[in-house]
Amino acid sequence: MTDNIKTYLLFAAVFLLIVITGFIQSWNSALFILNMGLISAVMSLGVNLQWGIAGLLNVGIMGFVGLGGLATVLISMQPVPEAWNAGGPRILAGLLFGVLTITLSVWVYKKIKNTRWRFISILIFLVCSFFVYKSILTPGVVAVEAVNPAATGYLGGLGLPVLLAWPVGGLMAAGAAWIIGKTALGLRSDYLAIATLGISEIIIAILRNEDWMTRGVKNVAGIPRPVPYEIDLQASENFVNRAASFGLDPTTASTLFVKIAYAGLFGLVLFVLVWLSQRALNSPWGRMMRAIRDNETAAQAMGKDIKSRHLQIFILGSAVCGIAGAMMTTLDAQLTPGAYQPLRFTFLIWVMVIVGGSGSNLGSILGGFLVWFLWVQVEPIGYWLVDLITAPMDPESPVRLHLLDSVAQMRLLTMGLFLLLMLRFYPRGMIPEK
Amino acid sequence: MEFLHAVIVLSNFVIIPAITYGSQLALGALGVTLVYGILRFSNFAHGDTMAFGTMVAILFTWWFQSIGVSIAPLPTALLALPIAIVLTALLLLGTDRVVLRFYRKQKSAPVILLIVSLGIMFVYNGLVRFIIGVGDQRFSDGSRFIISARDFKKLTGLDEGLAIKTTQVITVITAVVVVALLFWFLNRTRTGKSMRAFSDNEDLALLSGINPERVVFYTWLIVAALATIAGTLYGLDKSFKPFVYFQLLLPIFAAAIVGGLGNPLGAIAGGFLIAFSEVFITYAWKKVLTYTLPEQFAPSGLMQLLATEYKFAVSFAILLVVLLFKPTGLFKGKSL
Repeated sequence: MTDNIKTYLLFAAVFLLIVITGFIQSWNSALFILNMGLISAVMSLGVNLQWGIAGLLNVGIMGFVGLGGLATVLISMQPVPEAWNAGGPRILAGLLFGVLTITLSVWVYKKIKNTRWRFISILIFLVCSFFVYKSILTPGVVAVEAVNPAATGYLGGLGLPVLLAWPVGGLMAAGAAWIIGKTALGLRSDYLAIATLGISEIIIAILRNEDWMTRGVKNVAGIPRPVPYEIDLQASENFVNRAASFGLDPTTASTLFVKIAYAGLFGLVLFVLVWLSQRALNSPWGRMMRAIRDNETAAQAMGKDIKSRHLQIFILGSAVCGIAGAMMTTLDAQLTPGAYQPLRFTFLIWVMVIVGGSGSNLGSILGGFLVWFLWVQVEPIGYWLVDLITAPMDPESPVRLHLLDSVAQMRLLTMGLFLLLMLRFYPRGMIPEK
Repeated sequence: MEFLHAVIVLSNFVIIPAITYGSQLALGALGVTLVYGILRFSNFAHGDTMAFGTMVAILFTWWFQSIGVSIAPLPTALLALPIAIVLTALLLLGTDRVVLRFYRKQKSAPVILLIVSLGIMFVYNGLVRFIIGVGDQRFSDGSRFIISARDFKKLTGLDEGLAIKTTQVITVITAVVVVALLFWFLNRTRTGKSMRAFSDNEDLALLSGINPERVVFYTWLIVAALATIAGTLYGLDKSFKPFVYFQLLLPIFAAAIVGGLGNPLGAIAGGFLIAFSEVFITYAWKKVLTYTLPEQFAPSGLMQLLATEYKFAVSFAILLVVLLFKPTGLFKGKSL
């Protein structure tokens, strides 16, 4: 019972922090923190599935989040017919050829038993196919990227409703997780960590460089929204009157309304995922997972297939991260491949999970909100603090100016300290696993 | 003549840069592998340790430059290197005392220590960015080339130039000296032997009266030296940017794992393997092929296998292949 009260109090406290932000700074920034907090909570829920429940160390969250973002573009943007005519089929053929090559080499690998011949034949086959692949793909890519590069220069998406991108983002992340899991699971935990770190860097490199797909660093802007646009709201008589009855001017009211609508959508997703995770955690399946985590040998002796259970939960957790990534890109309404940084999208999520309490779903949600709040607010607080401390100095003193300049970097330091302190004194997190 | 030209182009753009980069990776991977072998965890903070060491070296380089101390034609940074190593060692020993010792005493699982190292990574990263900022810093001074492309052409009368940068030579010489010293230390001195014994079998080492805290102390000292030297050499050769150092973590880990984690010799081999593959695969082979192939086969494209941005994919692919077929690495590493 006291545990429950503590949980409520902690959530109330975080909620209060956001409300205070609303009063002191503005409701727009408070809602921004709330929305990103919801997305962060989904991400840390996914990581908690992998780490907290199954003990799998995934440090490639950024990659799965990026795939979710890619899904948003591929699903919701309008297709570019000129680009499709210029090189679409060629690119598709190239990609198909790539998939066939890999399938064939896996088949050859299984067929030939002699290790040396297997290695040599697959190597020669892969090298040759790589050149064929490039010769099919490159002309298509060049043609597509030449189509009006300032505005499009890519194939565009399917023009479907953007909400569809959320499950698709999850599926794409799940597919990537399947490939990684097939190769790196079953090895030592460190290897999985390095493998996921590597794959996430590669995924982001693809997002940044394959302009025909994502426009690369030129960004895809103007991704359709699942909620109304501010401009339309301000033009609607009904809405303006409503806003006036709350004593708000139409501009503020419309931005608030849009953010609240997003918060509703994200909250719904989070709620469903939490409900599912809680059910899973308390089901026989969840008990089995925890048993595997706590003692693999014993679980194996009981006839549990550890490798495929690990693969299963690794895919599930990554899919949740993919959904969160798609939600985030939808909120931003643009895909900015240059903005994916591992410290922000991988390691910060880890801080959330550890701080909240690994193995506890509610804990990771709390961690998501709290750490995100700190991540946003450390900068203004730090600025204020540095300003206060260095106030006696000469206002033009280079030390003071440098410190005020570097305040933005304080957040990394703070997060690191926060993580270390939690690990040292509350290793089970704020809401420990029961 | 054509063939000679091809060889020169190849050396200039592939072999020499790859040897330099390989030396830097090898030094980095040695640090990772030592921590793994002796302290028994994967240290994710290594890239940022390198960044910290380099930052200190840069700050002292600037100070020396401002008071007019220089060892031209060598870069001033070499003079700052010892100071940087001492300060980095202090930082690492302090971190060990305040953070890591607790978990060692508790005999925490390696994976917990890995997560702790993530926290340390954050702190170091923040510290470096806080002190020196996120921007690009160039701090190489002294003479830039041992032999520039133009001098080489004049000297030999050939059409292709071979440029050898001072930093490249310094990198290779320093790496050889450091590695020789390290192996001498590990194989010949009493402390080195006790470190290896501790790495092979902790319980037996403790039973034979080896003081674990002493072993840990020397390990951090060596790791600080390796990380600072690797980072400073990399920064001299290219430039210093905190985020790039963080990203070096991937090739460094790949090198250490490919060679076999915990095996110093493997780390060196892995470093060169990763460096050569990265440079080979991202290099545009057009010029070399034009020189070597008969005229009618001369390539029209750049003949670049992968864009430079995908160099991470190379280290990753090698890592994956090794993990799949030889999980303990090419040289026998240890597994926890």
